[in-house]
Amino acid sequence: MAAVAVGAEQLGVRQRWDRWWTRNQIKVLPYVFISPFFVVFALFLAYPVVDAFITSFMRQKGLDPPEFVGLTNYVNLTQDPRYLKSLVNTSEFALGSIFVLSPLAFLLAVVVNSRMVPWPNVKSVYRLAFFVPLLTSAVVVSLMFGILYDYNSGFLNALLSSLFGDGAKVGWIRDPKVALWSILLISIWQFTGLNSLYFLAGLQNIPKEIEEAAIIDGAGKWAMLWGITLPMLRPVVLFVVVQAINGSYQLFAQPLLLTGGGPSDATVTMTLYLYETGFQYFNLGYASAIGWSLVIIIVALAVLQLRLFGAFRDD
Amino acid sequence: MTTEARTIRSTRRRASRWASITLTNAILIVLVCVVAMPFVTMVLGSIKPQNEIYSTSIKFLPSRWYPTNYEKLFGETMYVRWYLNTLIVAVSRTVLALFLCTLAGFAFAKYEFKFKKPLFVFVIATFTLPFQVVLVPLYKLTQTLGWVNTYWVMILPFAAPAFIIFLARQYIVAIPTELLEAARIDGAGELSIFLRIVMPILKPALAVMSILVFNAGWNEYLWPLIVINDQKLFVLNLALPALRGPYGNEYGTVLAGATLATIPVVAVFVFMQRQFIEGIMAGALKS
Repeated sequence: MAAVAVGAEQLGVRQRWDRWWTRNQIKVLPYVFISPFFVVFALFLAYPVVDAFITSFMRQKGLDPPEFVGLTNYVNLTQDPRYLKSLVNTSEFALGSIFVLSPLAFLLAVVVNSRMVPWPNVKSVYRLAFFVPLLTSAVVVSLMFGILYDYNSGFLNALLSSLFGDGAKVGWIRDPKVALWSILLISIWQFTGLNSLYFLAGLQNIPKEIEEAAIIDGAGKWAMLWGITLPMLRPVVLFVVVQAINGSYQLFAQPLLLTGGGPSDATVTMTLYLYETGFQYFNLGYASAIGWSLVIIIVALAVLQLRLFGAFRDD
Repeated sequence: MTTEARTIRSTRRRASRWASITLTNAILIVLVCVVAMPFVTMVLGSIKPQNEIYSTSIKFLPSRWYPTNYEKLFGETMYVRWYLNTLIVAVSRTVLALFLCTLAGFAFAKYEFKFKKPLFVFVIATFTLPFQVVLVPLYKLTQTLGWVNTYWVMILPFAAPAFIIFLARQYIVAIPTELLEAARIDGAGELSIFLRIVMPILKPALAVMSILVFNAGWNEYLWPLIVINDQKLFVLNLALPALRGPYGNEYGTVLAGATLATIPVVAVFVFMQRQFIEGIMAGALKS
């Protein structure tokens, strides 16, 4: 008797739970569905970001217990020549990407999209050919260019010296004045095609009527470019610029594998310096301060970009 | 103007147009060759003896067929194992991210719940955070958990990338809600609606997203460099620079390894161009 009663009661609980679940699952499940992201975020991003913030006020070498030193790490950063050089290099690289790589990509998009390439199939062949370098990893790219850039027996210097004599050889990655631009050249090789695809998508989004109206009004080619095409491309330009800046702050494998940041700090980047400080010298407090300085710069730039270009579209 | 003069003018104009078309395409073809050159160097270099890879004269073709680089790669190194490691990491990251991100994207697209909007904005805001800032603390955490030199550590931190959630939401919003309602009336549970209705419709979008995640996984470098130091767990990006040998000059094997490492990504690209380009463009157009 008693056993049956307990069984019935359990059934009741089960039933009540089922009824509650059918009524409420639609309210509960969305939180369940989004929770994995927040778990991963909390464990692998939020907690470490906070931890990095705390560590950035500590002196902590390797496994030694941390010691609170206040703002010392940040103050030291402002007087650290290698850090300052990495800031300058990263900024120069970003400016190079914005003012050399992006215009090249734009030019490529305009030319391939124009009547100068009248055959649609050929257009897509060009697009794909310029796109393929994107697929190689930064490591493979660095190794390939390491061979091409070699001073004594690399392909580029072999070509230059056979054309113009030995004096024309360039110290691609061993001349401090040239090294950073050699790395930019790799990025140009790798990312121009991708960026021109972005521009192409933007160009194709411009309604034909607007251009036709401008032509009827007698606008010349340059007036069209400055007055219509570029303003209409503003969202794409913003996106390309943001990508260029992000890419510069992430630049790491190329200087690590090609130059080790040298010659005389000419190619040291912020990520490379952070890596060296944290994982070669195990100066964890100082590395965390470098990391946080990066966050501050990137957030500041994001705010600045939004001010300059207006907010993102609403949708 | 006589008809004759008009014909001459239009012929001339056509001729000059063809001249500039020819010139433009000639320049573009030269540029395509320049872009292809590093690849040619890599592939041909992988079948050249060491002394021909670095050479003071310009010679593209190897003087003889020289398979030793590949023989060394497979005979003297753990290349196959490194290749499998990379595959395991990239595929696991893809499967996990696709499942978790579409699930979250589904919730953000098709349900009403408290704090939905701020939570979504928050998800988007997280992808501006530079990953470098968490390197040191994440490494400490990895050590505490005993995860150094494991597959997990290369997979789990990337299990639910915010950008893929954002993309998934964009795609799922386009699915008609009536379809889901109809299934609900037929008594389908929410999870089976997701698995049986949303996922099949999403197939083309899944291809796009998986390409993005797989590519990112295959090309990851900085994070494995920090948390993996056991050769058995190396991914290709860690192994390739190490192949240069103690004096950093054994480029033959490096190029052989790099050639084989580049093939899968290029193959995926060749077979799935449309999805590939759509995936890349999604970033530019949807944000």
